[in-house]
Amino acid sequence: MNWKKEGQSLLIVVAIFLACFYLPLESERFENALFEALALTKWYAREHVLLCLVPAFFIAGAIAVFVKKESVMKYLGANAPKALAYGVASVSGSILAVCSCTVLPLFAGIYRMGAGLGPACSFLYSGPAINVLAIVLTAVVLGPEMGVARAVGAVLFSVVIGLAMHFIFIGEERRRHAARTAMPEPEISRPLWQNALYFASMVGILVFANWGKPRESGGLWMIIYNSKWIMTSLFALGFALILGLWFHIRWWKLGIVTIIIAFLAVLFRETPMIPFAAGFVGLSILTAPRQDETGEWFNQSWGFARQILPLLLFGVLIAGLLLGRPGKEGLIPSGWVASSVGGNSLRANFFASFAGAFMYFATLTEVPILQGLLGAGMGKGPALALLLAGPALSLPNMLVIRSVLGTKKTVVFVALVIMMATFTGIVYGSLF
Amino acid sequence: MKIQILGGGCPNCKKLADAAKEAAGELGIEFEIEKVTDINDIISYGVMMTPALVIDGEVKVAGKVPSVEVLKRLFL
Repeated sequence: MNWKKEGQSLLIVVAIFLACFYLPLESERFENALFEALALTKWYAREHVLLCLVPAFFIAGAIAVFVKKESVMKYLGANAPKALAYGVASVSGSILAVCSCTVLPLFAGIYRMGAGLGPACSFLYSGPAINVLAIVLTAVVLGPEMGVARAVGAVLFSVVIGLAMHFIFIGEERRRHAARTAMPEPEISRPLWQNALYFASMVGILVFANWGKPRESGGLWMIIYNSKWIMTSLFALGFALILGLWFHIRWWKLGIVTIIIAFLAVLFRETPMIPFAAGFVGLSILTAPRQDETGEWFNQSWGFARQILPLLLFGVLIAGLLLGRPGKEGLIPSGWVASSVGGNSLRANFFASFAGAFMYFATLTEVPILQGLLGAGMGKGPALALLLAGPALSLPNMLVIRSVLGTKKTVVFVALVIMMATFTGIVYGSLF
Repeated sequence: MKIQILGGGCPNCKKLADAAKEAAGELGIEFEIEKVTDINDIISYGVMMTPALVIDGEVKVAGKVPSVEVLKRLFL
């Protein structure tokens, strides 16, 4: 028997056995926590998967296929003007880093072959926080102000951190020579404005379908809320037009799908989710079998869904088990959460940033975990601090960064991230 | 011919490796395939966007997973 190889499996088996042996089934808290885990999962399935995640996956897939990354990387190359490079690095995460596993190679590339340490660090900090999927889910689950604060905070402070890194290590930066790049020439497809309209129509569908009911009745928000499905349908019709005009989908196929959806919309007037889901089924049927870029689009979207959904399901279950839904308790007593990260003290913000920096969050799972923490009494400031420090860094992530930057720069970067996240958390917490 | 797949191990890298194997297999080319996962090695090829495909030391594809048909043309 090979103990090196088998020993690990044996340990895991023993650990699982002990966990089962001492399973605290009789305890009321555990029973509640199990219920909370399932209840939270159900809530996500009902409220967020169809209306929010499915369109977001299609948008992420479209970004992966239709946005020419080469044209963005041009501004992060070795010869790019420095001021421009910081600006582009801090916002381009939203279109370059749809999947968290692409952030690190891009970061290393910008550092070694492109604009250098400062922009690379800006990109590394903001990238994971401002990708479309993360912002959409944060805004829908945790509230629009948290979504906006996350995006704005990440972009602003990424520039500050990038500049700080640049000036701390300015001596080494002067000696640096950019390595050669292999950047295949992008093929020309349709003009930019057509792509822009295509993305705008999809974002429109996503935004209006998820328009939340405003707290006070009356006013513009309420008018929009009442007509959200009309707006969604208009954007969907525009989207169908774009697919027919510029993406070579046959008109008669689009027509059939549109008629079926319209029919369902009239038939199930009270549950708009049915025609909405039918729309995406139709879109999948139209795009999936194709060999061209629209087929590729479907493939990418499906790839994201397959990669992220299992992680998210697992994350939601764990978050529900440990923290419960807002107002209910899971395994961890709310008192603990409130006493360590409640309020908006320096200590609470620092603790949240520090924990977030070292903890590993699988893509998007930071959202349900944070939702649980907020429900259990975490302050809004520390919550933002965790959101800012969390996805950008984790222990395994730091090891890769260290292999690129070396120990000294990595330590400084991590320290800067924790400081910035703490500071932003305090500012946000005192405002809201 | 030597095929290298560059990428940190996300699902797309696996997809690209499978597609490359399929394309080379259909063409009846003899090949060996290697996965390059270390980030510094990936960068040394001048690649920022993973997954990337390197054929005999030359970067052919970066940042996407082309279809088997497109890959076949690259192999010839």
